[in-house]
Amino acid sequence: MQRPNLSAWLYVTPLMLVLVPFFLLPTLVVLVASFFETDGFGGLLPTFTLANYVDVLTSAQTFLLYVATLKFAILTWLFTLIIGFLVAYFLVFHVKNQLLAIGLFLICTIPFWTSNIIRMISWIPLLGKEGLVNSTLLGIGVIREPLEVLLYSGLAVVIAYVHQLTIFMVVPIFNSLARIDKRVVEAALDAGASRLDVMRYIIIPMSKSGIALGSTFVISIVMGDFFVVKVMSGGGSASVVSAFYENVGVLQYPIAAASAVLLTLVLIAMIALILRVVDIRREITQ
Amino acid sequence: MFNDDDNGDAKGALSGLPEKKKSISRRSVLKAGAAVTGAAIGSDAIGGFPTIWAQEIKDIELRHVGVSYSVVKAIGDQAAKDLGFKVTMQNLDTSAAINRFISQPDSVDIADLEGWQAKLAAKRGVIQGIEVKKIKEFDNILPIFTKGEIDGHKIPRQGISPYEAMYIAKPNATELHDGVTEWATFLPQVYNADSIGYRPDLVGHEVTEWKDLIDPKFKGKAAILDVPAIGIMDAALCFESAGMIKYGNKGNMTKQEIDFTCDKLIELKKAGQFRATWTTFDQSVQLMAAGEVVIQSMWSPAVAAVRVKEIPCVYAPVNVKNGKEGYRGWCNGMGLMKHLSGKKLDAAYEYLNWYLSGWQGGFVGRYGYYSPVPSTARKFLTAAEWDFWYDGKPAPSVINDPYGVPMEKAGTKRDGGSFLDRVKNISCWNTLMDEAAYMNKRWNDFKIA
Repeated sequence: MQRPNLSAWLYVTPLMLVLVPFFLLPTLVVLVASFFETDGFGGLLPTFTLANYVDVLTSAQTFLLYVATLKFAILTWLFTLIIGFLVAYFLVFHVKNQLLAIGLFLICTIPFWTSNIIRMISWIPLLGKEGLVNSTLLGIGVIREPLEVLLYSGLAVVIAYVHQLTIFMVVPIFNSLARIDKRVVEAALDAGASRLDVMRYIIIPMSKSGIALGSTFVISIVMGDFFVVKVMSGGGSASVVSAFYENVGVLQYPIAAASAVLLTLVLIAMIALILRVVDIRREITQ
Repeated sequence: MFNDDDNGDAKGALSGLPEKKKSISRRSVLKAGAAVTGAAIGSDAIGGFPTIWAQEIKDIELRHVGVSYSVVKAIGDQAAKDLGFKVTMQNLDTSAAINRFISQPDSVDIADLEGWQAKLAAKRGVIQGIEVKKIKEFDNILPIFTKGEIDGHKIPRQGISPYEAMYIAKPNATELHDGVTEWATFLPQVYNADSIGYRPDLVGHEVTEWKDLIDPKFKGKAAILDVPAIGIMDAALCFESAGMIKYGNKGNMTKQEIDFTCDKLIELKKAGQFRATWTTFDQSVQLMAAGEVVIQSMWSPAVAAVRVKEIPCVYAPVNVKNGKEGYRGWCNGMGLMKHLSGKKLDAAYEYLNWYLSGWQGGFVGRYGYYSPVPSTARKFLTAAEWDFWYDGKPAPSVINDPYGVPMEKAGTKRDGGSFLDRVKNISCWNTLMDEAAYMNKRWNDFKIA
């Protein structure tokens, strides 16, 4: 009975070597700091207080920040899912030549060879008041005044997120679709299923694991981001992280730590929910 | 072993670099003198110490860390060339910088600090006092910084003025000292007076008051600075200018004053006054140059950067009148981190002295910032540049930026007038309020409104 135990520990060691120092310990530091007090000059007083949590949890601002951030997360999730699924579906089921499909798949990743920031910032000259979109629309006479909603707005934030994150949907969904046995689809068609039925009863259920994985990526990235919101909303919107980043800026570490712990808990709950709907482990090992 | 002045001069002479100066400065005279002495000693049996110094310092590296508009690579490169040791410039934004100084003090040698950051750094004990005696140009630093006055004009102390943050009683003191001492928290190196930038063609009249920024006429075409600690002061200047409130101290508001200011900002935001808020120099340039806004709080070089794109843009002269208006001043200075000692500390003092010796003052002068020692900066500026940037006279010839790109035509006058006109009209300084935590929270309310 000793041997399997030992080998199990050996298997798990590399992961632990990464997780413990780079995830667990920092998280613990943040957790501990969230119960401390500050002297107002960046110093931490090692007391035990719940005041930071009381402050965060009783503030209407916290609620508004979560509403704002969740709004971006859900909209981004919805659009990346639709676009990502369609792209993956097209590549797997409509491109007959497998080599071509893989080639097209690789082409999808080309924009991602540049940095996130560059991809986000390149939207600005496109969407601005005197930007390409507005000047084109003005030129062909569709609008008379430039559309201000295109830039420095919630719309701009969502556009940037969708552009940045769709690939995180395409990859896992492509992967799970590619593993569907095409004969199952043919059999269903032979048995008289409509294309919609095939989609509803075969394709979507069998790509659940890919969708769940993609959703996990997209939602956790959006919930944890502040930079895109800051730049694309022109500072007109805030997010959970941007709010506590401002606290760090004036050295209010304990309250920022409490906000960070809360965000971690909310994210764990959201991911748990996704995993409850889809048992990724079972789906992948199938 | 031997004192720092000897070290510096001997080393300066031995570095053997050609002097590129246009005039003979006090420093080059000293260097020449030291060269003679050094040569004399070098030929002597007893000597040889300058050689040792030159060899030892070439392994020294100074890491100067701070915001991009103050810690500039070109300046560090020149310093390294003149001083013979390595200088690395590292840029962070304001909040990342102060966090690094406080949480990883050993990863920084020279901290670039604003007045309020110097106060914090002293409080946290991460910097050591600068021995004023070792700063050669200290007596030539404008009294704005060293005494809190200029030409008999008292420098206002709303917010944290550089003078207020400048002194500590002992080298390891953690509390600021009110009044001149032998120990400085930081050595001022660059400063300016911030105000509003606007498009004269689209605004239609000369702007001399902050209230124009919140004028409903410019609804959807105005922007404000989104760094809470100083953005709120710009807002306060606007509200005070519009006669809506009189602050006790804009730089250290009470909770009621913070509430009033943030509530008004939220009202304005809901009414659609602000097209955006900005956090970086480039964003402010982009907003103005792309026609997104016509008026916004802005920095002087950003206005110049818009003009270089041939888009008319004016830096509003918001001189103090009726106890209102005025510029929001800021000043960055260099602090010595506590861990510096021995050779490295000597090198750091050399570096501080180099900073005030003029090259850097000339460099920042060419994009509209000022040196605390104009007398040395002047030696590195042409007469035309001096007239334009410092004296507020029409440019006698084309004015180039620090990298040699023409930026102002002959005959142009600098907005805001002469150096003295500007600094005497500073009404408040960048700060960190006692109620910073509360202010930040209310600023976030403004952000999500």
